Amino acid sequence: MLRLENISSFIHTSLSNHLSETSVLLLEMTIIALAAITLFALLGLILVLMERKVSAWIQIRLGPNRVGPKGIFQTAADTLKLVLKEGFVPDGADKFLYKLAPFVVMIIAMILLAPIAFAKNFAIWDLNIGVFFITAISSVSVIGILMAGWASNNQYSLLGAMRSGAQIISYEISAGMAILSIVVLTGSLQISDIVASQSNGWWLFKGHIPALIAFVIYIIAVTAETNRAPFDMAEAESELTGGFHTEYAGMRFALFFLAEYINIFIVCAIGATLFLGGWMPFHIGNWEAFNHIMDYIPSSIWFLSKTFFLIFVIMWFRWTFPRLRIDQLLQLEWKYLLPISLFNLLLITLIAIKGWHF
Amino acid sequence: MITFLKQYFKDIYQAISSLLKGMKLTGYYFTHHKEIITQQYPDNKSTLVLPERFRGEVVMLHDENNEHACTGCSACELACPNGTIKIINKFEVNAEGKKKKAIDAFVYHLELCTMCNLCIVACPTDAIKMAQTFEHSVFDRSLLTKQLNKPNSKLREGVE
Repeated sequence: MLRLENISSFIHTSLSNHLSETSVLLLEMTIIALAAITLFALLGLILVLMERKVSAWIQIRLGPNRVGPKGIFQTAADTLKLVLKEGFVPDGADKFLYKLAPFVVMIIAMILLAPIAFAKNFAIWDLNIGVFFITAISSVSVIGILMAGWASNNQYSLLGAMRSGAQIISYEISAGMAILSIVVLTGSLQISDIVASQSNGWWLFKGHIPALIAFVIYIIAVTAETNRAPFDMAEAESELTGGFHTEYAGMRFALFFLAEYINIFIVCAIGATLFLGGWMPFHIGNWEAFNHIMDYIPSSIWFLSKTFFLIFVIMWFRWTFPRLRIDQLLQLEWKYLLPISLFNLLLITLIAIKGWHF
Repeated sequence: MITFLKQYFKDIYQAISSLLKGMKLTGYYFTHHKEIITQQYPDNKSTLVLPERFRGEVVMLHDENNEHACTGCSACELACPNGTIKIINKFEVNAEGKKKKAIDAFVYHLELCTMCNLCIVACPTDAIKMAQTFEHSVFDRSLLTKQLNKPNSKLREGVE
């Protein structure tokens, strides 16, 4: 059966037969970079179309339905338009930082892809501090946004960037707490260990109510961290005319736009790995026949379907909830999410020490 | 302290339940998106059904003898809030040698009309009504100024 791990090991062995170790490493890195860029482009096309369709269906509209059958080529046409647009730099902008910012945001999203396990034995870099790596790198992305806001030389951009900074730093804490609770239960920071620990059931079900609370807090916190509505203070179209990317146009704007969706994909992938068992199939106790059928579905399909389910939930949030004010946003974090997640972490630790989880 | 904690958890409970209520509604819409209200306009041109009270433009009704019911009383002209209608009358001499008032031109400025329906209400003889046409775009503004009575049309017998 065609599996992603077989493809990767086939490429590795066939390259190793002909080339030296260093050139194999370099070639494989190039292949991975190309694959990551392709994945990003595909994800951008799919997620933007998905967002537009989900928003349309929630608002009882039809959504894009002109370009291609059922409008599936709409985002490809949009991308073509963005590529053809003039990418100008405003007068008075800090030219170097202005041009650098979208790439910083994009590259950080790309680095975050490294430890994610896409299928069984299929991750770019399964390092032993995977979860810590993700939390550390994802907090750097705020620098790209601050850079964009500062370099644009526009008060709206600066305000949006500053709000974004306050927001991401705040919500990082409760997202970290929620991730930590699963690390406590697993006893490992490595993604493959975390997935393996869920072979007899997902942490969402095994960890009782505290795991559920951690999951909810994680979803709320990452919605804020990716600057998505109802926490899209960084953009805040009605107040800041677009926030940190007000001055951006053409392909540079497209990179910000793409990075938003890539970030959503990554945080949902991590959420699926931590709480929903990553590529692990869904098993129910001792139902051998049912478990066997579930095992037959490829692990990559399991991973992608869980991730896309979480992406759908986050889109559902966006098109349902009204936007919070900036003070309400910080109040929600510091007065509600943080105390709850601290207390919840305590409970989870108790569960882990006593071995009360399944 | 206890009352504070009570309020704290009550707030959380109320927030979550109201958010879930909203998500339930949008989730219902998402799963029932086929019940769309949006008209697929250029595609369904042949089967398009407009609501009964849709107002497109003012037309004058003519019967098969090219006769209308407009007496030229200009009630519609007076009723119109923004001077959309202009009635130009003439005097015809009928068979008995009497002069009688009749309309020469019922001028209607579609470009000024707000579709308020006041002229239709004001008309004592129901000579005009609102049509359901709506594709009114033209390349020249003068094309929107219309004469509603057809050429050589006459006042129907018996309409006073």
